Order: sequence, then structure tokens, then C-alpha cells
Amino acid sequence: MSEFIISVNHLQKNFGENQVLKDIDFYVKKGEIISIIGSSGSGKSTLLRCINLLEKPTSGTISFHGKDIQSKGFSLSEYRSKVGMVFQTFNLFNNLTVLENCVVGQMSVSKIDRKTAEEKALRILASVGMAQYIDAKPKQISGGQKQRVAIARALAMDPEVLLFDEPTSALDPEMVGEVLNVIRDLAISGLTMLIVTHEMNFAKDVSSRVIFMDDGVIVEDSSPEKIFSDPENDRTRAFLKRILNPEKDPGLQ
Amino acid sequence: MPSTFLEWVRFFVNEYGLYFLQGALTTLYIALIGTIVGFLIGLAVAVVRTIPIEENDSFGRKIFYKVVRWILVAYIEIFRGTPMIVQSMVIYYGSAELWGLDMSPIVAALFIVSINTGAYMAEIARGGIISIDKGQYEAALSIGMNHWQTMEKIILPQAIRNILPSIGNEFVVNIKDTSVLNVISVTELFFMSKSAAGTYMRYFEVFFITCVIYFVLTFSVTRILLAVEKKLEGPETYIIHGSQTVPEAVIKGEIR
Repeated sequence: MSEFIISVNHLQKNFGENQVLKDIDFYVKKGEIISIIGSSGSGKSTLLRCINLLEKPTSGTISFHGKDIQSKGFSLSEYRSKVGMVFQTFNLFNNLTVLENCVVGQMSVSKIDRKTAEEKALRILASVGMAQYIDAKPKQISGGQKQRVAIARALAMDPEVLLFDEPTSALDPEMVGEVLNVIRDLAISGLTMLIVTHEMNFAKDVSSRVIFMDDGVIVEDSSPEKIFSDPENDRTRAFLKRILNPEKDPGLQ
Repeated sequence: MPSTFLEWVRFFVNEYGLYFLQGALTTLYIALIGTIVGFLIGLAVAVVRTIPIEENDSFGRKIFYKVVRWILVAYIEIFRGTPMIVQSMVIYYGSAELWGLDMSPIVAALFIVSINTGAYMAEIARGGIISIDKGQYEAALSIGMNHWQTMEKIILPQAIRNILPSIGNEFVVNIKDTSVLNVISVTELFFMSKSAAGTYMRYFEVFFITCVIYFVLTFSVTRILLAVEKKLEGPETYIIHGSQTVPEAVIKGEIR
């Protein structure tokens, strides 16, 4: 058994000629809340998608509790249910109601009976404030509500780690808060989380660790206090300056 | 003997009514079974063809999938690329000649229409599957569902709803195209009409009646399918549980 839940070693990912991830190494311990920041195209989302193998790494290894997730005989299905994913575009199952969205995985993957699954789904939906809407279809609810259901769907699988891929980027500004609050509650509950985000204040508040990525490499990896007040790398500094004071960005003038 | 057009029509309706009815029922029976079985074949073919081949699959597995895919594509191309009337002759007489199979015309008819429809349905179903947003598939994978579970619970229910108009189309085409099966003496509507007409050498009057029957069949089927489509849309509204205005909803939505 490794002390790390997830370890990533020498991870590389190419899309054709384009090298998106260049030799990434990093480790996730239980209970850590890691925000991954960086500009668009820096490889943040690709890293997250490699971790649950929605993208196949070009080379390198990813281990879960010390077991290589790409080795033969590794149960990818069980792994994925333990490492939940929340998408930028929600991706709720359009043919299913809110309740069924949170039940279908429990029943088909974890083989839990319907009654137990529904009870658990209801409990979790209540915790994200969506218990009233169990009979609604995804097209009938707002973006913020969809994302809260999507988080509930991932939680219903009893994950050890949750991956958030820009969970608020597709939301109207007034809905960002409700989703961030749900994630904040999860942080307090001690769930291990990896969050790709552009919400710097949020990253600063909830994270135990912040990773800054640029051009396919991890440039800086330290505490939020350190990164946001005294970044070591020039690239981190330039990025934070740009994103925290957009009106002072010379490129915009 | 009748002399005018209308008299002849009346004569055939009275004398051959049961004949026409039997033919129409046979036509409907073959078209219905053929469409349903064809749909199932098409769905199976499309699901198998969309199994992703992973880079780290074993060599044997990759070859197996490639061969299976090749066979399925060959099936689709051959049955889409030749006329059903020719397929009927080849299969009906070929099976007798090569394997000594003594298929009754109706069994041969069901087989031919099903397998022919399957080839078209395979492409329709594949189109339906690939039209579903990739995010649906990824979300299912991300909670640990496998290809089959994802297809069964998430992708196919959405895909089938989307391709329902095309399935209806195939059904209508099949009602009309079963007429070619008269070449292997299936007693469907066209075959019955031909023999009725031949007895009196009155082709126009008989086929006028036949024409009306075909239209009534296809038109009723399209209306029924439209109603089914509407039904599958599902309700436009939903109950907000725990709402003051719908007290009975509180019970179902109670948080246990």
C-alpha cells in the first residue's frame, strides 16, 4: 500500500504532433484538496482526463493506491467509480430524471438494490439542495442545478477522490456561487479533491495545495498562501497578475 | 358480368374481399416482424461496431474486433447494395439447392425482409448512436459503467428516440416492398391481387383496390408512429416535491 491515493509518474500525452503534457509527476494524499490553475491550453483538463483514463496517456504511469491503472487485470470500472468526475458541461444523462441520474451507477456498477440506491441518492441530493427536483429531467433545470446534480451523481458512487474539470466555467455568474458552496461543503467533509478552476479566490480559500501548470508542465506546486502571495516562478507571477487584475493587462488596452 | 369500372370494383370487393384481407394481413405481418427483427439486428450490429478498440487491448482482441467489424460492414454493403427481389430469389432457391432447405415461402419472406431491413437499420442505429453527445458516454464511463451498460441505460434510449422517425420510414417501406416477395409465391397483397386480376383479366380495377389498401395500411402506420413518438417525449412538466401546492408530492419526495 502506498501512502498516496494517486501517483502520476512521467506522464506524457500527445495529440498528434502536439505535446500537451510533458513529463508530469505528482502525488495526491488522502484528504488533500488540490486546485490546478493555469491558462487555457496549459494541459490542466487533459491531466484530469488522463487520471480517470478518459484520455489514454502516451507514456508514463498513473497508480491508484500503488496499483498501475493501465496494467492488465486492473478493474477500470471499479477505479472509475472510486474516482468521480464532474464535467464543465455537466453531462447529466438526458434520458433520466434527477433521481435516476444518481441511481443508475449505483445499481449497474455497484450492484446495489433499487431501494437502497434511491435512499442514498435522495440523501445526497438533499445535501446539495436538489431533493425537490428528483422528478425533473436535466433539460428542465438550470445550469447551477445541473452541476449540483452532477456532483451528487459522482458522490453516489462513494468516491475516494473527486475530479472537477472547470465545474463553474459553463455557468452564468449568478449560479457560480451555489456550485462553489457545494464544493466547499465537500472540502470541509474531508473528501480528497482535484479541482481545475479559474476561480482564484475559491482556489485560495478551499485548497490545501495549489498547482500552477503552464505549457504542459507543472511550474509550481505549493500552498495557496505561498502561490498567491509570494510565487517563486516568474510565469506563475505573470499568470496571477494577468488573471487577478485583468483591467491592468496591457494586452487588453 | 359487371360492365363499368365501379361495377367491377364492387364485384371484386364482394367476391374477393376475404382474399384481399388475407393478403393485406400477410403483408402487414411480414412488414411488422421484418421491421422489428431488422431493428434488433441493426441495433446489435451498431452496438458491436461502436465498441471502442483500445490501444492497450491485446493483439488477439484487436484482430477479433477488426474481423467482426469487417464481416458486419460486408453484410451491410451486400444487403443494401442488391435489390430485395434478387435477394429473395437467391436465398429462397439457393437455400433449397445448396443445403436442401425446404423453407416455406412465408418463412423465407420473414427471413429476407428481416435481414434486409437489418442492414439499413444498422446504419440508421449507428447514426443515432454517434449523434448522442460524447459527454453522455464519458459521464457514464466516469462513474464506472462499461460499454454495454452505457449503451443499454444511457445511449440507446436516447438514440432510439432520435431514430424513431427513420424506423417508421423503414416500416412503411417494408409494407410496400413486401410486394416483391410475390416472386417466391408469398401470398401477400400483391400476389393475391395478381391472381384475382388474372382470373378475370381485370388488372386496372383490382390494382386500384390494392392501391387503396396499401395506402390505408401505410397511412395508419405513420399516424400510429407519430402518436408513439409524442408519447415518448415524456411529460413537459414535473412535480416539485415538498411544494406547498402539491401536498401529496411531499410523501414521495420525503427525505428518508
